[in-house]
Amino acid sequence: MEHSFIDYITGQAMLPPRGSAYAAEVDQVFIGIYWLCVVLFVGITFATLYFAWRYRFKAGRVTPHFTHNTTLEILWSVGPLLICVGLFFWGLNGWMKFAVAPGDAMEVVVTGKQWLWQFEYPDGSRTVNDLHAPVNKPIKLTMTSEDVLHDFFVPDMRVKHDVVPGRYTQIWFTPNVLGPHTFTCAEYCGKDHSGMKGILTVESQEDFDKFVATGGSEWEPYRDGNNWAGWGKLQYERKGCNSCHSVDGTSSKGPTWKGLFGKTESFADGTTGVIDAAYLEQSMLQPNAKVVKGFEPIMPTFQGLLRNHEIKGLQAYIESLK
Amino acid sequence: MEPVLHSEQQVGHRPAPFTHYLNENTSLWDWMTTVDHKRIGLMYLVASGFFFMIGGLLALALRLVLLTPKHTLLGLTVDADSYNKLFTLHGAIMVFLFIIPAIPGSLTNFVLPLMLGAKDVAFPKLNLASFYIYVIGATMAVSSIIIGGVDTGWTFYTPYSSSFANGSVAMMTMSVFVLGFSSILTGLNFIATVHKLRAPGMGWFDMPLFVWGMYSTAVIQILATPVLAITVVLLAIEKTLHIGIFDPRYGGDPVLFQHFFWFYSHPAVYIMILPGMAIISELIPTFSKKTIFGYRAIAYSSVSLALVSFIVWGHHMFVSGQSQLATVVFSALTFLVAIPSGVKVFNWLTTMYKGNIVLASPMLYAIAFLILFAIGGLTGIFLGTLSTDVHLTDTYFVVAHFHYVMMGSTVTAFIGGLHYWWPKMTGRMYNEKLAKIACVLWFIGFNATFIPQFIMGSQGMPRRYYNYLDQFQPFHAFSTVGSWIIGLSLFMTLAYLLASLRKPCDAPDDPWGGTTLEWKTSSPPITHNFADQPVLEREPYDYRPAATAGKH
Amino acid sequence: MSTTTPELHTHGDHSHGGDHNPYHQHHFTTMEQQFDTSKIGMWTFLATEVLMFGGLFVGFGLSQGKFPQEFVDAHHHLQRWAGALNTVVLLISSWTMVMAVNAAKTSDKAKMKMFLIATFVCACIFMGVKYYEYSHKFEEGLLPGRFYVSQVTDTLKACVDGAAGAYGPAGCTHGYATFFSFYFMMTGLHGIHILIGMGLILWLLKNADKFSAAYYTPVDLFGLYWHIVDMIWIYLFPLYYLIS
Repeated sequence: MEHSFIDYITGQAMLPPRGSAYAAEVDQVFIGIYWLCVVLFVGITFATLYFAWRYRFKAGRVTPHFTHNTTLEILWSVGPLLICVGLFFWGLNGWMKFAVAPGDAMEVVVTGKQWLWQFEYPDGSRTVNDLHAPVNKPIKLTMTSEDVLHDFFVPDMRVKHDVVPGRYTQIWFTPNVLGPHTFTCAEYCGKDHSGMKGILTVESQEDFDKFVATGGSEWEPYRDGNNWAGWGKLQYERKGCNSCHSVDGTSSKGPTWKGLFGKTESFADGTTGVIDAAYLEQSMLQPNAKVVKGFEPIMPTFQGLLRNHEIKGLQAYIESLK
Repeated sequence: MEPVLHSEQQVGHRPAPFTHYLNENTSLWDWMTTVDHKRIGLMYLVASGFFFMIGGLLALALRLVLLTPKHTLLGLTVDADSYNKLFTLHGAIMVFLFIIPAIPGSLTNFVLPLMLGAKDVAFPKLNLASFYIYVIGATMAVSSIIIGGVDTGWTFYTPYSSSFANGSVAMMTMSVFVLGFSSILTGLNFIATVHKLRAPGMGWFDMPLFVWGMYSTAVIQILATPVLAITVVLLAIEKTLHIGIFDPRYGGDPVLFQHFFWFYSHPAVYIMILPGMAIISELIPTFSKKTIFGYRAIAYSSVSLALVSFIVWGHHMFVSGQSQLATVVFSALTFLVAIPSGVKVFNWLTTMYKGNIVLASPMLYAIAFLILFAIGGLTGIFLGTLSTDVHLTDTYFVVAHFHYVMMGSTVTAFIGGLHYWWPKMTGRMYNEKLAKIACVLWFIGFNATFIPQFIMGSQGMPRRYYNYLDQFQPFHAFSTVGSWIIGLSLFMTLAYLLASLRKPCDAPDDPWGGTTLEWKTSSPPITHNFADQPVLEREPYDYRPAATAGKH
Repeated sequence: MSTTTPELHTHGDHSHGGDHNPYHQHHFTTMEQQFDTSKIGMWTFLATEVLMFGGLFVGFGLSQGKFPQEFVDAHHHLQRWAGALNTVVLLISSWTMVMAVNAAKTSDKAKMKMFLIATFVCACIFMGVKYYEYSHKFEEGLLPGRFYVSQVTDTLKACVDGAAGAYGPAGCTHGYATFFSFYFMMTGLHGIHILIGMGLILWLLKNADKFSAAYYTPVDLFGLYWHIVDMIWIYLFPLYYLIS
């Protein structure tokens, strides 16, 4: 989004797009504090610079000796105190709404894991790094972590909360703007912390139902079956494969996919074999059955996370990477 | 155009040859075994200055990596792992090896006994021990970098630090433990000194405000640091023995670590900012040639900041999973911080009002402090307010906010104080023109670096991010250019301060017309500080004509 | 002032007259000021000790809240009589220490030495009992953290890492290991303080001839330290041995 210089002065450009009514409320508080700060800052800066200039050194000037002024001092202690009390309640007011989710919210279970996000919808279907939500419906995320602290942050909704191993935390929001919104991990979680992000797609209830049933609107262009590799490439990003597998030949936590298909590999259990479609499917669903020698058995299973057509797409994509 | 700073630009009565603490017993062994607070102060200054340089170079490197989304540093590609280690080291070095020890260790060690009219701190040997403990801790921190680096962030959050991180977390946490002891011993020394070694006639409310500020700092050092010490020990034991306190896999609670950590580290923020405020409370009346306005209010506000600092730690944890009631209570308490901070700013401004303001370089830094501290303090309101904090916490907004407070305020005050007391410490005047240029560059560079970070943060750029969205690129570029200006300013400062040491030792005893006792002895002071025990005859900052008419 | 200034902080500067105390440090005006200063320093240091242990007490309390039953079960495997004996021993040592300080104040060197030795003996008994208790725990495998492999069947089950699922205390016996982790950490840290104290008593005995009514600061300060160490034990004893 392009912002004019004026937008920066008024504070509007400081904020990302708004994706919910709650975001608009938070922004009101933000802009309110912003203007309070501008007024105080300009006042303090002006006084500092004006005094420094107005009372600049002049030889022989005798300075008055006044040590205190009780009225003034009480005034500038109590004044800020009152402002602060006001601000506290203003912030509390918004936060109370954030703190308690409405009972009819759709619940999505979120699991953070180094370094991907996994979502489970009410019907049991699951996605990785790809959250979908119907527009104008409250959605409640019940979150936990499998390893370290993470933090689920959706800037456009103005919500975030730590995702803590061993306990469940919650956020909720009612998106009212269609389209993609990024979400990120905001609590440092190790090497690929900054890669732990994805897209929240807010769509009509109809599209959402379709997504949950089939893989959603993204599948439409590929439905004719002419571009399996393209579909697979999309899954490569969507499902988080890219956090461990490169496609340009560089070695990462997992083997690169470039030139992988058809290659003869030795496995950690001492056997060797040719990488074919069947092996790839096994690796996605039971990843630790045959680990390529020299790699750690750390890949999580994608059983239940990948639909058949997604597996097929990935196979085609890997095959296409010569 | 330079105004005459003081009507009596005299070099006080000095015997010839003039022996002082610098030119007496100058062998390396004499320095290493010295118990003179002035020499220990200088040794701290060199050591913490060295680590400031290392931390600063790491910051420049970080900004260079973030200049473009390509992650290159001078042509080399920096991977995510190295980036994470870089920001961890930058944070850990700056916090534990520079900001916390710098002002107490160097300036305060040097000035506080002089201000009280004392011959030394209460426990001179302990003071030296504290320095060597600092050196040991620093060596451990540096060796943890060599052994394998640490990539946890300076906050060491569990369970990442206890069970997942690579590198030498245990060594780093032990170095924090050792450094904590150095900090405790320094604080202990100052408390005893302030209580018992004041000059005859100096009551509590006759002490310079710098002393009040440092006394408050020492109280925090004493009360908060032991908790950090035990926390890092628990972390190291959790890592090795799996005792089940912080890692949920063994029955622990990662949020508990955050409570423990911030119980220290929030007061530690005041270990960093109170000394800065303490310095400013000296600079402003001295260069305004006018008594401080609201002496008691400033003194009490230092103490109350120290006390309030112990009950607001939970505001670092609004989205951590602490109980919601705790979150609300901590938010309410956090606003209390605004009151004493505001009182100080208003009192400083009123002190300038109708003053006779000499814009020498230390005063320029004080003015820079007022403006930068205003930004740092006011942006804190966004973070204390619940609904806006949820959006802003853990983003670049927080990064910018605490840099304005710790660097924009504390470091600005530190450099200002260094310029103020440099003639006293070294007996030399530095190049004033260069000092002014450096101060202006510092101010410009600082704002250029961190204002873009406020914007990025509120737009949703999380902190500690190696990758960033392309939309943030212009802001990162701007910020990086700003960091070069800061670097230029600091290297300039280093250069002209070092160059001043080649000049003859002829600084006036009281080049700025200061009223506190450190200006009553020679520059540099004699080994015993004062030829005769000074007796306080007037309250500090008394600029009425009678004050300059001379004592009888 | 001469160019060969006397060194600042060596003990004594005898040039000022006959009644000058050799332990008077140069930067203090009077001995009284020096003594008060040392005392403030010591109290401040003891405040840091209390806060350091305070962190552990808070950690213990929170863990107990999490595993109340496990903590009760586990505490039955501490020997209450040993803890009680140690409490009595330390209380006696506090009394002997008070007497030692009093003797120092009145320049009664023989009595001071005697009471210091008595304090030392009490500390030895304390550490002896601790040794007995610790070896007993080692035999039963009641060890901290991942070394916890209870040999005492039934009540204190061993918890193998991850045996009860990746996370969470549900159905797992982490609480026992956590109890003994805290037990060893807190009594261990306390024991280290006793050992340091024993070293300091030896140092006081070695320098006993220097102390008199005119200068007994080290004895007095050590007394404060010893009382705090005893007091911490007074809190540790019910915390570990008398959970109900």
